[in-house]
Amino acid sequence: MGEPATKELLSLDELEAAGQLRTGRKHILSILVENKPGVLTRITGLFARRGFNIDTLAVGPTDDERFSRITLTLDGAKHSIDQVTKQLHKLVNVLKIRDLEPEETLARELALFKISADGASRAEIMQICEVFRAKVVDLGRRSLVIEITGTYDKIEAFERLVRPFGLVEMARTGEIAIARGRGET
Amino acid sequence: MRAVDALMECLKAEGVEVVFGLPGGANLPTYDAFYDAGIRHILVRHEAGGGHAAEGYAKATGRVGVALATSGPGATNLVTPICDAMMDSVPVVFLTGQVRTELLGTDGFQEADTIGITMPIVKHSFLIQHPLEIPRSIHEAFHIARTGRPGPVVVDIPQDLSRGDIPYEPTTEVRLPGYQPTTEGNQKQIRLAAKALANARRPVLYVGGGVISSDASAELVELATSDRFPVTSTVMGLGAFPAPHEQWLGMLGMHGTRAANYAMDEADLICAIGARFDDRITGKLDEFAPRAKFIHIDVDPAEISKNVPAHIPIVGDAGNIMPRLSAEYRALSPQPGRLEEWWSRIRAWQQRHPLRYDDSLDHEIKPQYMIEALYEATAGDAIVASDVGQHQMWAAQYFHFARPRQWINSGGLGTMGFGLPAAMGAKVGCPDRTVVCIAGDGSVQMNSQELATCVQEGIGIKVFVMNNGYLGMVRQWQELFWDRRYSHVEMGRWPDFVKLAEAYGATGLRFEDKRTLVSDMKQALAMEGPVLVDVRVTREENTFPMIPAGQPARNMVG
Repeated sequence: MGEPATKELLSLDELEAAGQLRTGRKHILSILVENKPGVLTRITGLFARRGFNIDTLAVGPTDDERFSRITLTLDGAKHSIDQVTKQLHKLVNVLKIRDLEPEETLARELALFKISADGASRAEIMQICEVFRAKVVDLGRRSLVIEITGTYDKIEAFERLVRPFGLVEMARTGEIAIARGRGET
Repeated sequence: MRAVDALMECLKAEGVEVVFGLPGGANLPTYDAFYDAGIRHILVRHEAGGGHAAEGYAKATGRVGVALATSGPGATNLVTPICDAMMDSVPVVFLTGQVRTELLGTDGFQEADTIGITMPIVKHSFLIQHPLEIPRSIHEAFHIARTGRPGPVVVDIPQDLSRGDIPYEPTTEVRLPGYQPTTEGNQKQIRLAAKALANARRPVLYVGGGVISSDASAELVELATSDRFPVTSTVMGLGAFPAPHEQWLGMLGMHGTRAANYAMDEADLICAIGARFDDRITGKLDEFAPRAKFIHIDVDPAEISKNVPAHIPIVGDAGNIMPRLSAEYRALSPQPGRLEEWWSRIRAWQQRHPLRYDDSLDHEIKPQYMIEALYEATAGDAIVASDVGQHQMWAAQYFHFARPRQWINSGGLGTMGFGLPAAMGAKVGCPDRTVVCIAGDGSVQMNSQELATCVQEGIGIKVFVMNNGYLGMVRQWQELFWDRRYSHVEMGRWPDFVKLAEAYGATGLRFEDKRTLVSDMKQALAMEGPVLVDVRVTREENTFPMIPAGQPARNMVG
């Protein structure tokens, strides 16, 4: 008894267009949850079912050991962000959700870059690191590993600059965030 | 005390009087406790039957139903009832056995990830990790199942933990900091809603199953009659408003009345109460009720503005909100008689487009007539459980439900095989009431094994199979929308339902003559014990009127 009740053939383009709608507005959700088994699965499952793509996800302890904080970033999708936060609130183990306003939020991410670098390019890489306040944490004969923290955009910019030297691999944590000022996140 | 004995104490403390279940390896300890716990246990023949029976019990009584199954296949057989209970907001606690903790994650015998499989279709679930968690988890499960928007809760108990020796102190304490349903309803919003109602010229009250869940029928009648508000309801809300009634428009939606659907189409204000704007109601969403503003009363904030943006949202329990709305409305002393014009328009639709069918002139039983005959034979007073298909829609159209919890069906999930076990559960919950099941010849075969349960336990349900030898609703769609290419919908004349009933030890009857149908039905209803009647009806009859899927209400056909 599917929809609509016609035998019309649907083109692959139409079907794909219906499945992928990104609004281009980035959201950072900060979700305070109880430390109970399966909480993360419940949350990510909910996003998947409602057609939201999670861009980054970070989970860690809070100042209270009974609770964890999940920070996730996503692009708005088929449904409004409002609908997904309401659905999240229905999860029994979820205590609090904030859709953080970018201007009132401090967001940081940690990334590690492994770059192939011989003597000639090292000095140049070090210079870039200095500008970005990145740290060299491992130095080998033919490669080095750099640690950098910052906003999503800063790390993107850093990546663009170091990639030409020979980016071997990269690992990023995804952003964590906290509200500015005295109020709780 | 054994953890399973503590489990029994918890069930008693929750007022559980009956459990529908089937034993297996992983819940043997629980079954040992049932042996002398003093709680009625009904041995079903398939876990799905047990799950639907628990739903039928919950829907008929308003109490929390309980179903029990073993691990692996026992639990996976419960998946359909769990999902059904989620879609229709039915309070049921599902207790599943799980393999021993040392076997978890090893693909042990009869191991299935019950919590993982059911995660998207539960209100909440508990995987027990320590025997001491059992008592509180059980109480929390019941609390979550019955409060707020009701729903299914799964408690998965590994076999070894259920054998744990625990100190048991009676408790009903729940600790759920993340679960605080809003039930009150904001007074300012209620006042706004009252004003909107007082200013409306063409209002409609659109009612759903939430009014029944909140036991708020009296409050609904009070609100509707605080003026002459027209009332329509979803298939889940039937019985919330007493039909027939001067202000009752009949059901709305895909197979609703024209009066109800046209009223929604032309309304200037729609007050939705415990209803969720499902696609079977709205049809084509962007052409749904184009002139209307919406008041939306629902206990689940996630339903507000999900499909249709609400102008005046009110989050809370309908039973709490409606009396305050009625009082605010009356205090405004709205202009009397301002709905006259609206009613004359509605009356014209009602007169021009009543529900109708071409009745036969001979012995042939039209399916619509079968429902009318059953309404007459039961004096409209039975609890009616339905399966899913054409018979369900005809029952919704032609049986006039006067009381809440009188009509039990699978609306959201549309589960074939729901009806017979749900009737069984309803009869267990309401033993003094007449309980009938209206089934199709297709759907009744999906859980007919529960006839054995009914015979063994003396559960006297009366099952009327509307037998047209087809998967009728699918055949109808193939006829109307797929050029009559009847692909795999013909069921033939099997099984012989009379023999099937007799094989189970029930009474089997066959009715084929319209002229004696009412009196034949009365006789069947008066019989002792479970009865299954094969009612032979017109083979290719269509359920009309109908809004073709994805189209607006004014395009109703038939």
